[in-house]
Amino acid sequence: MPAAPETVNAIKGRFAEAVESEFRGQTRVIAPRESLFDMLQFLRGTRGFDLLVDITCVDYLNYRDAIERFGLVYLLANVETSERITIRCFLDEPDLTVPSVTSLWAGADWMEREVWDMFGIHFEGHPDLRRILLPDEYTAFPLRKDYPLQGRGERHNFPVLRRDQS
Amino acid sequence: MPLTRTAPPLPGASDEYLWTLNFGPQHPATHTTLRLVLKLDGERVVEAIPDIGYLHSGFEKLGEHLDYNQYVTITDRMNYISPMANNVAWHNAVEKLCGIEITPRCKYLRIIVAELARISDHLLCTGAMGLDVGAFTFFLYAFYQRERLYDIFESLCGARFTNSYTRVGGVAQDVTPVTLEKIRAFLKDFPQTLNDMERLLNRNRIFTDRTKGVGVLSKEEAINTSSTGPIARASGVPRDLRKDEPYLAYADFDFNVVCMKTGDCYARYLVRMEEMKESLKIVQQAIENLPSGPVRVGEEERAALPDKGKVYQTIEGLITHFELVMANRGVEVPNEEAYAAIEAPNGELGFYLVGDGSDVAYRARCRPPSFIHFAIFPRLIVGHTLSDIVAVLGSLNIIAAELDR
Repeated sequence: MPAAPETVNAIKGRFAEAVESEFRGQTRVIAPRESLFDMLQFLRGTRGFDLLVDITCVDYLNYRDAIERFGLVYLLANVETSERITIRCFLDEPDLTVPSVTSLWAGADWMEREVWDMFGIHFEGHPDLRRILLPDEYTAFPLRKDYPLQGRGERHNFPVLRRDQS
Repeated sequence: MPLTRTAPPLPGASDEYLWTLNFGPQHPATHTTLRLVLKLDGERVVEAIPDIGYLHSGFEKLGEHLDYNQYVTITDRMNYISPMANNVAWHNAVEKLCGIEITPRCKYLRIIVAELARISDHLLCTGAMGLDVGAFTFFLYAFYQRERLYDIFESLCGARFTNSYTRVGGVAQDVTPVTLEKIRAFLKDFPQTLNDMERLLNRNRIFTDRTKGVGVLSKEEAINTSSTGPIARASGVPRDLRKDEPYLAYADFDFNVVCMKTGDCYARYLVRMEEMKESLKIVQQAIENLPSGPVRVGEEERAALPDKGKVYQTIEGLITHFELVMANRGVEVPNEEAYAAIEAPNGELGFYLVGDGSDVAYRARCRPPSFIHFAIFPRLIVGHTLSDIVAVLGSLNIIAAELDR
């Protein structure tokens, strides 16, 4: 369900630099990194978007016409009215830091850890930002586009732990 | 592997008399591979630290290298308890990205398989939960009915377990009268089994003692932790995508959204039992009102692979098939991003797709309900005993293949 026009107007009134677009009934708003947290806080507190559906990231390394490399995606929903809105925020190397939203939604904890694990986006203020799916010894961020599908031999060179070492 | 939390320790928990227990990754009650590191005070859990990723197989990376028809085989292996629902979710998202409007018959067929998948998922979830808390007969009743569902899927698409039934713009095969007859027989017999199952457990003292008041999730917590599906509904969040954002043809059907208020393991069990009855109602209505017509969009739209009869006997069918399987002549995909979700048995199962004009997704993000629900687990189990872990795990229905992808 697309976001209500009042929501879009409220965002535009509060954040002048936000860019709004719509595709197949889906409202997307691009937030600059500086106002990302404020916008999410505003949507959570004032517009009633109480459900954080998902946080994900896209690496636009080989994407046509892309300027920034990473695009963070926050999918929000309002449980009462079933409104949905997508907030996107673009980041570029070397500064891949955004504020964590775990203080707004408890569910953001593992989602942010997964984005960190797969893309190496650093969430500032996250209480426990560790790798979640991959082992801690892993050094790469595998969902980045410069990481090959078959890996870099991590499986074959995985350190074997013998019983007497454990 | 360091499993230390960087968060401050819980108040009042002095480490001296606590002991640490490793639960999993191989344990009969986890059913698949997931690991918990528990801090115990006697038998009571003070802290639970989940350690996941044992089954991580890079499904999202594979989605960037397999085309929109091929990737459906990977979705089978995510939540393998209800692969049909994953198939429907995947192609629902692909068709939203490409702007394909599927035929009414296809919509109904997808609803039928998605609801049968919901029944099969709930049967396994409640059955395994019963098994873990000691109700073996209940589990066998559930599994006998799952076997019949597998038979239905086998006669529908040839595969019992990894179905891969949907295609872009349609489904693999149309339904045959034999399959419809099997579904009708199932609809006729299943309520009796469901009744037996309810009479076995609903008022069973052992079962209710082990599930009532265990793992309570309040309504605010349920929304705050992003939980969806039966778990949120058991806590009193009346959110069901089938009603709230009717996709496919769900707007045509008459069914209820099942909700409970208590939010404990027993409520989650009851919600699943009641949802099976609602699914039966939907399947019944879908079979009675199944529209006629094709199951795929036409050749002129150049979206769905035509059926084999047309490929072998007409020139248009042959050309369409040939073009669609060529590398750069396939379905027209915009340079855009879209998110579409369905109400899967376990909660909101959505795919965030980025198209780049080719027939392979640029990014195929899956929003896995198991992953989000397992994040709630540590806060549900704290304060309960070690033996309650299996009840809470069972009621959350954590499928490790979907959890780790």
